[in-house]
Amino acid sequence: MIRTLQDLKEFQERQEERLRQQEATTRAQIFVGMGTCGIAAGAQDVYDAICDELKKRNIEDVVVAQTGCIGFCAQEPLAEVNLPGSQKVLYGHVDPEKAREIVAQHIEGGKAVSQWAVNGGGMLAEELQAEAQIVDYNEVPFFKHQVRIALRNCGVINPESLGEYTVRDGYRSLAKVLTEMTPAEVIEEIKKSGLRGRGGGGFSTGTKWDFAHKQPPGQKYIVCNADEGDPGAFMDRSILEGDPHSVVEGMAIGAYAIGANKGYVYCRAEYPIAVKRLNLAISQAKEQGLLGKNIFGTDFEFDLEVRLGAGAFVCGEETALLASIEGERGEPRLRPPYPAVSGLWGKPTIINNVETFANIAPIINKGSGWFGSIGSDNSKGTKVFALAGEINNIGLAEIPMGTTLREVIYDIGGGVPEGKRFKGAQTGGPSGGCIPAEYLDTPIDYDNLAKLGTIMGSGGLIIMAEDTCMVDLARFFLDFTQEESCGKCPPCRVGTTVMLDMLNRIVEGKGEAGDLEKLEELGKNIKAASLCGLGQTAPNPVLSTMRYFREEYEEHVRDKKCRAGVCTALFQYYIIPEKCKRCGICAKVCPVQCISGDRKTPYVIDQDLCIKCGACMEACPFDSIIKR
Amino acid sequence: MQMLNVTIDGQRLQVKEGTTILEACELTGVEIPTLCYLKHLAPEGSCRMCVVEVKGARDLKVSCATMCDEGMEVVTMNEKIYAWRRFIIEMLLADHHIDCFSCSDTGQCKLYQYALDYGVNEPRFKVEARDWEKDESNKFFDYDPHKCILCRRCVRVCNERQNNHTLSLNGRGIDTVVGMPFNELFIDSNCVSCGNCVSVCPTGALSTKSSKHYRAWEVTKTRTTCSYCAVGCQMDLVVKKGKVVGVEPADGHSNKGLLCVKGKFAYKFIDHPDRLTTPLIRKDGVLEPASWDEALDCVVDNLQRIKAESGPDAIAGFSSSRTTNEDNYAFMKMMRAAIGTNNVDNCARV
Ligand SMILES: Cc1cc2nc3c(=O)[nH]c(=O)nc-3n(C[C@H](O)[C@H](O)[C@H](O)COP(=O)(O)O)c2cc1C
Ligand code: SF4
Ligand code: SF4
Ligand code: SF4
Ligand code: FES
Repeated sequence: MIRTLQDLKEFQERQEERLRQQEATTRAQIFVGMGTCGIAAGAQDVYDAICDELKKRNIEDVVVAQTGCIGFCAQEPLAEVNLPGSQKVLYGHVDPEKAREIVAQHIEGGKAVSQWAVNGGGMLAEELQAEAQIVDYNEVPFFKHQVRIALRNCGVINPESLGEYTVRDGYRSLAKVLTEMTPAEVIEEIKKSGLRGRGGGGFSTGTKWDFAHKQPPGQKYIVCNADEGDPGAFMDRSILEGDPHSVVEGMAIGAYAIGANKGYVYCRAEYPIAVKRLNLAISQAKEQGLLGKNIFGTDFEFDLEVRLGAGAFVCGEETALLASIEGERGEPRLRPPYPAVSGLWGKPTIINNVETFANIAPIINKGSGWFGSIGSDNSKGTKVFALAGEINNIGLAEIPMGTTLREVIYDIGGGVPEGKRFKGAQTGGPSGGCIPAEYLDTPIDYDNLAKLGTIMGSGGLIIMAEDTCMVDLARFFLDFTQEESCGKCPPCRVGTTVMLDMLNRIVEGKGEAGDLEKLEELGKNIKAASLCGLGQTAPNPVLSTMRYFREEYEEHVRDKKCRAGVCTALFQYYIIPEKCKRCGICAKVCPVQCISGDRKTPYVIDQDLCIKCGACMEACPFDSIIKR
Repeated sequence: MQMLNVTIDGQRLQVKEGTTILEACELTGVEIPTLCYLKHLAPEGSCRMCVVEVKGARDLKVSCATMCDEGMEVVTMNEKIYAWRRFIIEMLLADHHIDCFSCSDTGQCKLYQYALDYGVNEPRFKVEARDWEKDESNKFFDYDPHKCILCRRCVRVCNERQNNHTLSLNGRGIDTVVGMPFNELFIDSNCVSCGNCVSVCPTGALSTKSSKHYRAWEVTKTRTTCSYCAVGCQMDLVVKKGKVVGVEPADGHSNKGLLCVKGKFAYKFIDHPDRLTTPLIRKDGVLEPASWDEALDCVVDNLQRIKAESGPDAIAGFSSSRTTNEDNYAFMKMMRAAIGTNNVDNCARV
C-alpha cells in the first residue's frame, strides 16, 4: 500500500531497480505495439512469432512485452528492439516472417535490419534503404516535430503496469496536490497554465473546475468523456490504451480540486481494449491505495467507475452523456443549468475529455509556467491530432499549438501520397470545417481555426487531395450527423435531413437552381436554432466547403459535373477512340461486360450498363480511358 | 421571496424570482407561441418555438425555460424572431402529413394556427414519410405518427404526471417516433386509457375517436366538475347540438389538467337509453317509476319498520364514492345518529 509520498518513492525505486535488473540480465528487450491499431494490423501474430522464434532458438534472456500505440499507425505493426548500450530500433510493417528474421539477425546476430527500421532505412526510397544508419527517434521527421505531453507514455511504457507509470513520475502530482496544495491552489495552477478543454469546446479547464468548486459542499462528481465519437479521431482511445493511469491520476486531481469523491469514465463500448486496461488501472490503483479512502494519508477519498456507451455520437455531448450515465435516453438537456452547477443526478459535475485529463499531472508536476511556455497566445500546450485521409504518415501526432498546418502535413505527415496536390484539410470532424490550401501556413490554434470558419474539435485532421470532391465530402459528414441526431429538436432532426436530401440530389446530378441558396439558408438556421452542439455545428462542413469551394458546388448543380470524378452520376468512363490500341484488356476486366470492340474497331463502353467501377481505366495499359 | 424587475416589450413589471420569461409574458398578456411547453410539466425547451430576444444576450432565448433576471429587457417580436419561428414551422411541416381537410384536429391544431400566423403557406421542403403504422387499437383514441411533431408532451405527461410510463421515444434522428417499448400497440401495453396524452397533443397525432364527428367551431364548452368521484376534477364538456361529444380536462385545483379514464371517456351514459331518469319502486316484483317524494317516503317507512321490528343493527348503509366527502359525512352521521348503527361503509376502498 502506498500511504505517503515516501511510500511512492520507494515503490518507484523498486520498479526502477526491477527494470535495471531486467536490462542487466537480458540480452535484449522487445516491445510490440499492442494498441487497437497494432492488433488490427496483426501485432498479436507478430508477438507470437517473436516468442516462438526465441523459443526455437533457445534464447531465454530476452524480454518480450507489450506497449501502447506510439502513434505511427501507418507503420503498424511496430516492434521496438532494445539492445543494452545501443540505439533502440523501431521496426515498422512487421509481419511474422520479418519478426522471425529480426530475431535471427538482430537478436542473435546482433545487427539491426536497417532497411525495415522506421529510424533507419524503413522510411526511405528502396535504393537508399540498405545504406541507412539507425538514428535516434528524434531524428525521424514524424517524431522530431512533436512535443509529447498527453502522449508522453504512449508506446513507451507497458500500459498494464502501474510500476512503469510510477517510473515516469506517475502519481507524483496527486501526492503533491493532496499533501501540499489546497483545492483552490490546484485550480489556480490549472487556470494559470492556460489549459483549455481538448474535447471540442476549448473552454478553460481551471475556470470550469472553479464553478464546481464554488458550489456548496456536498455530493459532486467528476466525469471523463471517453466517448470519442468523431469518426477519424482516436487519440483518446490511444491514451486510454497506452497510458490509462494518466487519466486516473488527472481525474483524482480534478476530484480533489472540486470536492468530488466519485468519478465516472464514460467510454464507448467499441473500445474494449481501452476499457480493459482502464479497469485494470483502476483496480491496481485501488490495490495500492491510490484510489479509495485516505489517499496519501489524507482524508481525501475518491472512487472511480467505468460506464459504457452504446456508440451514439450525441452521447459525447456532455448533457446527453450524463443522461446516459443516469440510465435515461441519451439526449441533450437544455443548458443552463450547466453541469458544473447541476449535472449527474442534479449534483455539481465536471466533465472533461480524456486528453484534457492526461495533461493535468504534467502541469502540476512541472508547473503552469512550463506548460504556458508551450503553444501560442490563447492556446497553450499541445494538441494531439489524428492524421488521416490522403497523407503518408497516418497516425497520431502531438504538436505544440501554433504549429502550421504545412509542418503537420509535410514535415510530420510526410505529405500527400503519390505526389497528388493538397486540396484542403478537414478539422473538427463532422462538426468542423475545411481549410483550403491557401491557408497552409496558418498556425493551428483555437482562434485561428475559428477565424477560418472551422474548429479545433477533438483533433481529427483529414487531409484531402485533388481527387476529393468537396460536395461529396460535405455530404459524407452530413450523412453522419443526420444519422446521429438524437431527434429532440426540429431544426436538427428535420433540417439536417432536408439538407442531406438536397445534397444527395445534387451529387446525383439532380440539383436545381436555387439549391445552393437554400442550403446556405437552412445551414444558418439550423446552426442558430438547434438545441445542442450537434445541431449547432452539423451544417459546418457544408457551409465551410461552400465558402471555399463554391465553384465546385455550382459545377455540380449547373453543369452536372464533378471535377474530382467522385460523384458517379456526374461522369462517364470514356475510351478515346484515337488512343485505343484495341488490346481488349478493358473488356476482360469489366465485371458487367459492357465494353465491346475487336481488333479492328476501337472499344466502346455501353454507358447504360456501366456501373462506374473504374476497373477498365485502371487496367488500360495505354491510358486510353478517361473520366469525363 | 425576492422580486425582480423586468421589462417585456417596454412594459415594466415585477415578478417573483424563479419566474420564466414565458410566465412573465403571460402576466403582461403578450402571447408567445409554444409547442413543447405545458404548464405542470418540466420545461425542456425542445421545440425551439418560444424564442424571444433578451437584450445583451448573443442568441435568442427559449422563453419557456429561461429564468427572468433582475433588470432583464425582453423583446418578444422582431424580424429575427419571426424568421426563426417561421423556420421551425417550415421544418415541422416538411415532416408532417398535411391532411387538414379530414384531420380531426382542424380548427384547434397549434401547428396549423402557427403556420397561418407565420405565413407558411406552401411547404418548400418535404421529407419522405417513414413506414409507420397508425395505431387504432385503443377503444377511445387513435394515434397517427405521421402527424406527430415530437413535442413530446404526451410522453412527458404519461411519465411525469400520470406516472404510467407507457409512452416513450423510439428510434432517433428523423426516425424518432413516439411509441411503446418494442413497438407494442396501445391495447397490448400497460396503458390505462386515461387519455391525458390525447388531451395534451397539440396536433391530430393523438385524437379521440369521437373527435372525428365534430369540428372545433361546431361545439361549445361547459366547465363543470367531474361526477365520478370526490376529487373534484375540473373539466369542460364539449357539446355539439345539445349532446356531449367529448370531455377536456381543465386546470383545476385538484386535477391540474389531468383526468382519469372515467372523467375523460365515460360520458356516454348521459344519453344512454338505459339511463335511469326517475326513482323506481318495486311493486309486486316489478320496478315502477315513482316521484322523489314517493321514493323517499318508501325508504323512510321501511327503515323505521325494520328498526322497530329488528333493532338498528339490522340496517347497514353503503354509500357511493361518486358523492362528495360532505355527503358521505352526512350519510355516516345519519346512520349513526338517526338510525343508531355503526354499520356504515363506502365503496371507495382504495
Ligand atoms: C455532438 C457532440 C459530441 C461530442 N463528443 C465529444 C466526445 O466524443 N469527446 C469529448 O471529450 N467531448 C465531446 N463533446 C464535447 C463535450 O460536450 C464537452 O464539451 C467536453 O467533453 C468537455 O471536456 P473538455 O472541457 O475537457 O473539452 C461533444 C460535443 C458535442 C456537441
Ligand atoms: S441539436 Fe440535434 S442532437 Fe442536439 S438536441 Fe437537437 S436533435 Fe438532438
Ligand atoms: S392514455 Fe394515459 S396511460 Fe395511456 S399512454 Fe396516454 S397518458 Fe399514458
Ligand atoms: S403525439 Fe402529439 S403530444 Fe405526442 S409528441 Fe406527437 S404531437 Fe406531441
Ligand atoms: S415552448 Fe419553449 S422550446 Fe418549446
